[in-house]
Amino acid sequence: MEDMPPSPGAPAGATHVLTHADGTTRQVRVTDIETPYPLGKLIVSRTDTRGIITQCNPSFVDMSGYTADELIGQPHYILRHPDMPAAAFRDLWNSVQAGRQWNGYVKNLRKDGGHYWVYATVVPNIRDGRIVGYTSVRREPSRDRVAAAEAQYREMR
Amino acid sequence: MTFNFTVSPSFPNERISDWYIFNTWLQRQLGLPIHLELHDDFGTQRQAIAEGRVDMIHANPFDASLLVREKGFRAIARPEGSPDEMVIVVAADNPAQRIPELPAGIRLACTDDPCVNTLGRILLEPANLDTGNIQELGRETYIQVTKALLRGDADVGFLPVEAFNGLSPLVRRDLRVLVTSQIQVIHHVFLIGPALLPHAEAITRLFLSMHQTEKERAMLTALGASRWQALRQEDVEFMIDILSTLTS
Repeated sequence: MEDMPPSPGAPAGATHVLTHADGTTRQVRVTDIETPYPLGKLIVSRTDTRGIITQCNPSFVDMSGYTADELIGQPHYILRHPDMPAAAFRDLWNSVQAGRQWNGYVKNLRKDGGHYWVYATVVPNIRDGRIVGYTSVRREPSRDRVAAAEAQYREMR
Repeated sequence: MTFNFTVSPSFPNERISDWYIFNTWLQRQLGLPIHLELHDDFGTQRQAIAEGRVDMIHANPFDASLLVREKGFRAIARPEGSPDEMVIVVAADNPAQRIPELPAGIRLACTDDPCVNTLGRILLEPANLDTGNIQELGRETYIQVTKALLRGDADVGFLPVEAFNGLSPLVRRDLRVLVTSQIQVIHHVFLIGPALLPHAEAITRLFLSMHQTEKERAMLTALGASRWQALRQEDVEFMIDILSTLTS
């Protein structure tokens, strides 16, 4: 998958190469700019069983920095920040593919290279006993928990 | 056979007669005997559900989860223009200006409305507040929640947006909203149980055309809705998936 070009006027940042579980690699630009979580909102998205985004709410679009058209049909890892350890996502996939819910603190990457922290819960969408996709709901985390997650992820990388 | 109809007890008291008027209209339109039973609280309503004494319900999202996933209920429609949002309120002179400034040990006044309480607890998470460090003061009505704040018996209160907006300007002046939920994807739904499934098509048709006459539109307005919106079963399943993430 190709990266979207940075928005005109976006701040410069460091470049990282991410390797995803499917073997693909992508170059991402990262800045230190954090976007505050939107007050009172939930960020909601849905994927198919392969992790391709099929549906997302306006908060998801706003926070990602992409347009809805740029997001639908893309793999969810478009939001993966290089500071997130691969083990966290392995754990996520192992849980939901086994039909279990997954919770965790996640640093997401914006299109402009900035980031935002969330407390994410992912559930399998089970219909007639079969997993047909996954729903992810993020909410605002406390700063203490974000600091603890940051420290833990630094050790895991 | 008389079918049993109930309404989630989160609606304002002044709408009680409007729900009876709606039920009379429903019976006439469908030609079915329907008994409306309004429960005082969520506990007695849940008991009625558990005992199979509900065939038709205007359900809050949490009860909808149970009814659809475990009791074979089917979604008919949802009221348009009334998402289930809530506010976290403090007395106007409370020093906290933002949720993260609320200290551990605060006294929370709330009713037993599972939807409002779940959203409220999520919105308190940025302050590291949870059931372990909140003193919860249960109140029977939203008026009592408001009184607890105004008397200084509670530090924060949970109210549906609709209940907060229904307070007099004088009362609202002495309160301050710290946060309003903007969840948008959670709403009440109208469900029918297995005994009414043979009538599902007729009920759906009736609901979706209800806004087309002036008289029936007025009935809808009295219930706080502008029209009934069609709902696919998958829409409700998706809402239930979202709700399941909020209780973890």
